[in-house]
Amino acid sequence: MFEAIAFYLFAILTIVMFTITVMTKQALFALTALAAGMIFVSAFFFILGADFLGVVQIIVYTGAVMALYAFGMMFFDTTREVKERNGSSLIVMGLSTLSAVFTVVIFSAPVVSSKIESIYPTIEGATNSQSVGMVLFTKYLVPFELAAVMLLVAMVAGIVLAGKKMDRSLTLMAEEEILLSQEANKKVIL
Amino acid sequence: MDMAYLIETIVKIVVIMLIFSALAGLGTYFERKVLAFMQRRLGPMSVGPYGLLQVAADGIKLFTKEDIIPTNVVAPIFKFAPVITAATAFMAAAAIPFWPQFTVFGYTVHPIVADTEIGLLYVLAVMAIGLYGLLLGGMASANKFSLISAARTSAIFISYEVVTGLSLLAPIMIVGSFSLIDFNNYQAGGITHWLVWTQPVAFILFWIAAFAETGRTPFHLIANDHEIIDGFGTEYSGMRWGLFFIGEYANMFFISFVIALVFLGGFGDGGLMGALALIAKVSFFFFFFLWTRAAWPDVRPDQLMWLCWKVLMPLAVINVVVTGLVMMF
Repeated sequence: MFEAIAFYLFAILTIVMFTITVMTKQALFALTALAAGMIFVSAFFFILGADFLGVVQIIVYTGAVMALYAFGMMFFDTTREVKERNGSSLIVMGLSTLSAVFTVVIFSAPVVSSKIESIYPTIEGATNSQSVGMVLFTKYLVPFELAAVMLLVAMVAGIVLAGKKMDRSLTLMAEEEILLSQEANKKVIL
Repeated sequence: MDMAYLIETIVKIVVIMLIFSALAGLGTYFERKVLAFMQRRLGPMSVGPYGLLQVAADGIKLFTKEDIIPTNVVAPIFKFAPVITAATAFMAAAAIPFWPQFTVFGYTVHPIVADTEIGLLYVLAVMAIGLYGLLLGGMASANKFSLISAARTSAIFISYEVVTGLSLLAPIMIVGSFSLIDFNNYQAGGITHWLVWTQPVAFILFWIAAFAETGRTPFHLIANDHEIIDGFGTEYSGMRWGLFFIGEYANMFFISFVIALVFLGGFGDGGLMGALALIAKVSFFFFFFLWTRAAWPDVRPDQLMWLCWKVLMPLAVINVVVTGLVMMF
């Protein structure tokens, strides 16, 4: 009974949050609803007994959406409404409803025909994090390592792109030095 | 899932809520007194004996003050932001064992709301969401100082989460579990079994990161009174502002519990002495938060980032690698 109550509560909350994310014109509402929706999704992992994945969902998405907030702060005044230019809202509504229905049908068809089985049987006595680790470091070792290498490449590239003048600190420089460096920059640009 | 379990859980939640809301209020009193004594003042003295009723006076003031919603703010988020900070602080407490199990009238009580196997991760994840309250409060109130404070919050969030996670990875590798009760049982053999002796680097790193997580003084940039007024709290008044404070002080208590349980043996073998020792350890860490506030200046934002990315994070990574090598050979 508790599982049913929790499921319907969090299902409604998640849907409402993601609807707000799509429908609102206010950037701050959209970002906040996105973060809340992502966190509410973790409840389904908890209901299914996948505690580890649930917590990972919270950690990853709070951090990821926080980075979005930072971009939002840099690029617009988040307290004002964004003017959107919409074409026909009928077409948008129709297409999005259709695609949503198709997604549900595609994913629920194998479940309804009860052909779905877990390829890797659950190991008796292993905790949540242990079973995730076992699958990750045996069957999925290559994708896991590939993802790690890709992240490393992205990180190095990020540092190279952003870190050109990292050895200088504007707060530690004297006023004249800052002006001089600005003049030097102008000459380079011209 | 029977009725007794449900009632027990609800009672535990209510008790924890009441105790820590009251402690958060008393925490402000302790902070004023400790700061006053360290600065050769008396602190609150007028209301009640030794100013003890100052907490009640503050509470009455906060509750009865007008709740001002300024024009130009994004009202729904502005109103909701303090609730996030306070609520997530108490949600995080669900996986913390506050006390060893004890028997009352033949009924064994486990003073932990949800004994999950991923307790430690859960506590850190939910505690981290608490920073959203500060961020949203800062971004929703149309004020430049609040916006600066929100930017600092997101910078601290993105960088210090890394240090917290990496520093705790090494103890987790040694114990082989995320459950705080497993951590406690691993160290139940007495002082020599404490993880602080095998993981001193992780202990120091996590302690430093705890200051950033709770926004306490060396890293108090989020609401630095002398540069950005009260940061995210500038536009707030009354109980909404008070909720931010309850969240901050509750977080201080809960993170002290986590440090004591993970590194300093927690409640030991579960006897009465162990339980009292846990309270003593938590009190020490709470006192240390106040002590640092009296003794240290605030750092600049760029120094904060420098400390995180150039000092703490490399140290944490080296610590993890060394721990792994030692465990392997």
